[in-house]
Amino acid sequence: MTTYLLLFAEFFKTGLFAVGGGLATLPFLYDIADKYPWFDRAMLLDMVAVAESTPGPIGINTATYAGFHAGGILGGFVATFGLVLPSYIVIVIIAQVLAKFSKNPIVLSVFYGLRPAVTGMIAAAGYSVAKVAMLHTENFTGLSSLAGLFNLPALLLFAMLYFLYVKFKKHPIVYIAGGAIAGILLKL
Amino acid sequence: MNIWFDLYWTFFCIGGLTFGGGYAMLPMLEREIVERHHWSTSEELLDYYAVGQCTPGIIAVNVATIIGYQQKGLRGAALSTFGVVSPSLIIILIIAGLLKNISQFEVVGHAFGGIRVAVCVLILAAVFKLMKTSIKDKLGAVLFAAAFLGMIFLDLSPIFVVLVSALVGYLAKMVFAKEGKNE
Repeated sequence: MTTYLLLFAEFFKTGLFAVGGGLATLPFLYDIADKYPWFDRAMLLDMVAVAESTPGPIGINTATYAGFHAGGILGGFVATFGLVLPSYIVIVIIAQVLAKFSKNPIVLSVFYGLRPAVTGMIAAAGYSVAKVAMLHTENFTGLSSLAGLFNLPALLLFAMLYFLYVKFKKHPIVYIAGGAIAGILLKL
Repeated sequence: MNIWFDLYWTFFCIGGLTFGGGYAMLPMLEREIVERHHWSTSEELLDYYAVGQCTPGIIAVNVATIIGYQQKGLRGAALSTFGVVSPSLIIILIIAGLLKNISQFEVVGHAFGGIRVAVCVLILAAVFKLMKTSIKDKLGAVLFAAAFLGMIFLDLSPIFVVLVSALVGYLAKMVFAKEGKNE
């Protein structure tokens, strides 16, 4: 019982203070690994690898995985619930305020500045995925190794999928499934 | 169809089909929330991302909570939040119970190599679409470029970017509003 309470408390704290997305939970998880016998730092890296290679938000995946190792299936639920609860509370409060003040000129001016910046941040996130997916930055040692920098099959796949997306505009899952099959065939 | 079921199921699908974090979820949200169910507009979605970015918790979950709340209040928020985390709970518990590490299988690694390329395509297409609605003038273009370059080259904290751009928007509108009155 105490394990579950501690799990809930620790992940509640993580959810409350980790601002800015799934990987922001990592420093908190390191802290938990040092404090409790549930998992150690090396296992955490495995957890992140699993979390990144399964669908779903990375933070949630890691919490479920860590909770499972600490307290079985119920532990997985408790940790995830603890992680989600603070943002649920905060967001519900903000949503009420937003609904009330959405026509307020100050709020409008703030979002006028935010929208292009958030678009830029999403573009930056896309760039960091692209770097992992299509470049071999570890091979790049100078201009002479320029050819080795590009993962050609991945770049070709990118061009092909982009063309198909613009042309047919099918549901995103079609392209994700296509990418997975092409990845296996091309050994990306 | 029943709105409660729709909220849960839509976010269940979004959670289950998101690979690689909250931003990768955007193309799916555009398709399901904006185009299919009309629960919000593209601009509102960006506003929610900004809010989700500078409030505690996972961005994907925060966005789900806001949209659920706006459709059906507290219970709607709870349902959409539960929906977006359900696939993780199911999949991770199965994996954690059965396998030590899914990424040790070579074929999974290759599949994810291809999925990442597809995610790039989806994000790029989403960004082009969002640029049309979110960048309305020169200042918008500057904020876009500054946020993009700052995140990549200076490794700026997202919270910092959100706060500064909010301030710039506020100041710019104040100045423009004053100039407008003087004319």
